[in-house]
Amino acid sequence: MIEMLASRYTYVLLFVLLGIGIYMVIASENLVKKLIGVNLFQTAIFLFFISMAYIDVEGASAPIVPHEANPGELLVASPLPQVIVLTAIVVGIALTAVGLALIIRIYAEYGTLREDTLREVRADE
Amino acid sequence: MSSVDLIPPLLIVVPLLAATLPIALGLWFDRAGWPVAAVTTIGLFGAAVALASVVYADGQVTHTLGGYPRTYGIELVADQYSTLIALLVTGVAVGVLAYTRRGGPRGNTFYTAYLLLVGGLLGITMTGDVFNLFVFLEITSIATYALVASGDGPESAVAALKYLILGTVAASMYLIGVAFLLMATGTLNMIELATAIPAAERPTLIRTAFGFIVVGFAVKVAQWPLHTWQPSAYQQAPDGVTPIIAALVSTASAYAFGRLIVTVFGVDYLTAMPNAASIVLVVGCVSVLAGTVLAVIQTEVKRMLAYSSVSQFGLVIAAYGVVIGGNSGAAETALIGATVHLVGHGLLKAGLFLAAALVATSYGARTVDEYAGLAKHRPVVAGAMAVLLLSLVGVPPGVGFVGKWYIALGAVQSELWPVAGVIFLSTMLTLAYAARLLEKMYFTPSRAVSSPAGGPVATDGGSDGDGRDETAADGPGSDDTISAASSGGDPAAVSVGMVAVVVVAALCAVALGFAGGTFADLLEPFLTEVIR
Repeated sequence: MIEMLASRYTYVLLFVLLGIGIYMVIASENLVKKLIGVNLFQTAIFLFFISMAYIDVEGASAPIVPHEANPGELLVASPLPQVIVLTAIVVGIALTAVGLALIIRIYAEYGTLREDTLREVRADE
Repeated sequence: MSSVDLIPPLLIVVPLLAATLPIALGLWFDRAGWPVAAVTTIGLFGAAVALASVVYADGQVTHTLGGYPRTYGIELVADQYSTLIALLVTGVAVGVLAYTRRGGPRGNTFYTAYLLLVGGLLGITMTGDVFNLFVFLEITSIATYALVASGDGPESAVAALKYLILGTVAASMYLIGVAFLLMATGTLNMIELATAIPAAERPTLIRTAFGFIVVGFAVKVAQWPLHTWQPSAYQQAPDGVTPIIAALVSTASAYAFGRLIVTVFGVDYLTAMPNAASIVLVVGCVSVLAGTVLAVIQTEVKRMLAYSSVSQFGLVIAAYGVVIGGNSGAAETALIGATVHLVGHGLLKAGLFLAAALVATSYGARTVDEYAGLAKHRPVVAGAMAVLLLSLVGVPPGVGFVGKWYIALGAVQSELWPVAGVIFLSTMLTLAYAARLLEKMYFTPSRAVSSPAGGPVATDGGSDGDGRDETAADGPGSDDTISAASSGGDPAAVSVGMVAVVVVAALCAVALGFAGGTFADLLEPFLTEVIR
């Protein structure tokens, strides 16, 4: 068990990051921290994709086409996950922007960023 | 034929590009949004009809983007299943525009978000690539968050943020599932996955992927207990926005889930997977019961209809469970039922939310009690609403009956008695909340309290001064903009187009109910391909 975890340490780290992200989403009362938690959660998934590109390919390098002057045999990682992550990062940025815009609006209306205070303010109305 | 396979990419690209026009033209014209959106969606509907005529005559149409082969490139596929949803999306998009001309939120940015939403939804229906599906799910979601937040009050921003956080986590769950699929098979194309998944060397990865995907879609489709974002989002969204969100966003997600089950994982593979069928069945059945019970106890009409969506989508998910867990003949029947119910429910919910918006604008009624005497004062709208409600309950010949009938038939054929029982029980409970509304509309005389200013003839939308400021403000707040376009008469009165679209929705619900057998014929080639 320990050996398996040690040989797969990247995955262990990634799922710890994933757990931190989801914990922040659930437990944090601050709306901005919640959004950061969502971002951490997504980042862990992106890293999962990237580390996956190197699976089964020991000692692979980044998927960049070798220069014509040096056309040696080159072991490269799969470029597909890396392309995917680029797209997913763009999606994540758009989501963060929309989320922050909503948080700004909520702050302007209720004057708080904390969810518990927000609940009290709304219950009073 | 070469021009036909250009329709799927155009269905996605045209709305996404047209979405930039309202903002760009807005620099010169104040009201550029509606014409742009109307021309685009009507064009899209025409294209979808043209595509459907080819697909149902000659079989599926595919297009590989940029000519890249399947493994690396993205493929767009229009087959019998996806074309049906594309027709629903474009049809409802045209119908809701007829409402927003006078009633909905105005402004060019609204139409930008609207077109982005339509583009994302059509992308979900057409794509043949599981990662591309994630991207379109997120395009749809981002547009939806913006639309929900476009309500007048601060409550809508809170509802949208709640939706955003839950929806993003759900989409990320789906993305983890995609990562596991890629890890196990090395491809993202749906057709290639269908052959690669049964041959995968590490089935544990596939099972993990399925688990994550089920959780992700359970949130996106609003299944109990992950539905909590949905009622507040539907209730707080502006009246013109709720119909399109309620009719299409969860429907497209449910379609995508069905696509993953029947095309990507394959019915055979999932039947062999331990517990897959029972998980999907239990999620669906529990949602059916929880959704209807919660709908019965609501007092706000929009919130009641929102909880009713939880239960109706529960039926669709339960039907997917029957597809996986049932025997072969029943699987086919249940899949027809799920598809008919998706289309029918989309149409019904669009009509019902439009009618609710109409009543709120013209009559000022938002709670069930305030609907008292509606039939006397607004006979056309009340009649259309009654037809839609009865169809939702499952009274033949409404389209709601056809979907439920096929799903229940599938459950009975494969001897999944609890599922059949849940369907019948939920029909009773649906009748309970539909009848409450019908009783108020037709058999309770209106009270003077509900419309103080001159009773029946009062048509100003703000007549219920009881603190529902953010949504009731729609009417009076938009008076000045309406009066410019209004052809005389009451400024806040509803336009003919707004009433007409509700009536058309009710007529379609009945007509599609008669056409139930046609659905089965249209889907037949697809069904024989994917089910054993």
